Amino acid sequence: MKQIVIISGKGGTGKTVVTGSLAGLAKNKVMVDCDVDAADLHLLLHPDVRERHEFRSGQSAVIDKRLCKECGKCAPLCRFAAIRPDFTIEHFSCEGCGLCARICPHGAIRMDENVAGEWFISDTKYGPFVHAKLGIAEENSGKLVAKIRQVAKELAEREGLEYVIIDGPPGIGCPVIASLSGIDCALIVTEPTLSGLHDAARVIGVAGHFNIPVKLIVNKHDLNPAMTVRIEEFARRSRVTLIGKIAFSETVVKAVVEGKTVIDYPHSPASDELRSIWDKLK
Amino acid sequence: MIISVASGKGGTGKTTIAVNLALSLQNVQFLDCDVEEPNAHIFLKPKIYGQKKAVIPVPEIDQAKCNYCGKCREVCAYHAIAVVPASVEKKGSVLIFPHLCHGCGACSQLCPFGAIREVDKEIGIIETGEKDSMWFVHGRLNVGEAMSPPVIRQVKQYINSSKTVIIDAPPGTSCPVIAAVKGSDFCVLVTEPTPFGLNDLILAVEVLRKMAIPFGVVINRADIGDAKVEDYCEKENIPILMKIPFKKEIAVSYSEGIPIVEKDPSYRDKFNNLYLNINGLKNEANSHHKR
Repeated sequence: MKQIVIISGKGGTGKTVVTGSLAGLAKNKVMVDCDVDAADLHLLLHPDVRERHEFRSGQSAVIDKRLCKECGKCAPLCRFAAIRPDFTIEHFSCEGCGLCARICPHGAIRMDENVAGEWFISDTKYGPFVHAKLGIAEENSGKLVAKIRQVAKELAEREGLEYVIIDGPPGIGCPVIASLSGIDCALIVTEPTLSGLHDAARVIGVAGHFNIPVKLIVNKHDLNPAMTVRIEEFARRSRVTLIGKIAFSETVVKAVVEGKTVIDYPHSPASDELRSIWDKLK
Repeated sequence: MIISVASGKGGTGKTTIAVNLALSLQNVQFLDCDVEEPNAHIFLKPKIYGQKKAVIPVPEIDQAKCNYCGKCREVCAYHAIAVVPASVEKKGSVLIFPHLCHGCGACSQLCPFGAIREVDKEIGIIETGEKDSMWFVHGRLNVGEAMSPPVIRQVKQYINSSKTVIIDAPPGTSCPVIAAVKGSDFCVLVTEPTPFGLNDLILAVEVLRKMAIPFGVVINRADIGDAKVEDYCEKENIPILMKIPFKKEIAVSYSEGIPIVEKDPSYRDKFNNLYLNINGLKNEANSHHKR
């Protein structure tokens, strides 16, 4: 079984469009959406939810107003500025460390278990799909990513699937690191802009840090051919294999608006290029 | 006034809006809080004159005072501490996993023997500088580090409220975004008129409503895609602050790291209008609040 993740550093370079296309090309796989705080892959795969589970993670402080003497001991010790001047908890700032509950002299603070989101196993016309929804303004996205990756891996093992294909989050922080662990290949999607190059270089650095093999593709390469040349030079210098360049096309925008994958437009140059990318990737 | 620029979906144009808005105003301080992938410096090319480590406090054990009671392990909500108790033949030991540490300070506060002190661990870097008269601050999370919110909070310590503060926020809707937009007087949500843009805009709107921060929407590449973002905004009574059409020259100037207002100064008026729009809505929100 091979686990492939699609990441980019910079957001909006085309991760989900590429992942959706791989759903249309790969056989025998489970699809996973690890961009849990702004998940979009379901808009292309149209899942029928088969299983729905609560994601319980961490705790959150609650102040019992009847017991609180407003002594003010808790607030200055909170490193996350989560205790308001009126001695209520700002839920979205609380990181659940529990220090306030432990030091409150009146036992007025308790820690409640947090339901931080939901995760799903779904059926799609492309096969099984594991995805999640982080609760509004919740944290622990890294743990939710780890959870759904574990579920997907077990599902692939159980059903004898060949690939786990993962749509990753933008950035280089906690959910990206959780998306990279134990991966066989990270496909980096960049675009011919200075920001795209800068951010791809950083995320390639993160993959290197964890010894994950990477491959690179340039999306919308014709929007700035000179910048694409710079990215090709960068790839050569940093020994990253460039396995494809997708031209800007109205077809891609049309596919997204219609909730389809690019592979649903079989005679377009973008779908031909994605086919060749998949051949090099698998 | 503190204005943050956020989006839900990545790549919709946060940095473009933040940078061009900042360049169109006077007396501005710019904070790039997308510390995982900071890009504003590519466009603003500020002169950097200060550098400081971004740190989180992690525990350090004084072996002479520690008796391996295990209290620190028990109180650590993030499983960042393991304690091997002492036995007859062997001294105990305490293992710290700094990557899991949130820097909450519970272990050092609650150690019965005062055996834990906190030491700074570098997780990123903060740089300060200037672009003409604009003050500039950005943070950069070190490659391989997981936790960006502490770096974001340290960038925000530089906020100077006598200026118009523009915050470029990271994408998404979870902790880094909350750390970046918290305390803003107004938040600009940048989106694009596609199902992805709409889906992630709805999530971002829910976050801002929960945080009680007034907000409006900028639709970028407004002429691609469909009308559903506008329909949604109308239905939800969300003001559309500005629409920017898709133009190849905007895309190319972005790709080269050149702000639109430098290429086409007529955009300054448009971004000034955006600011006036924001200011009006912020005042409206305030008076609503007082009533």
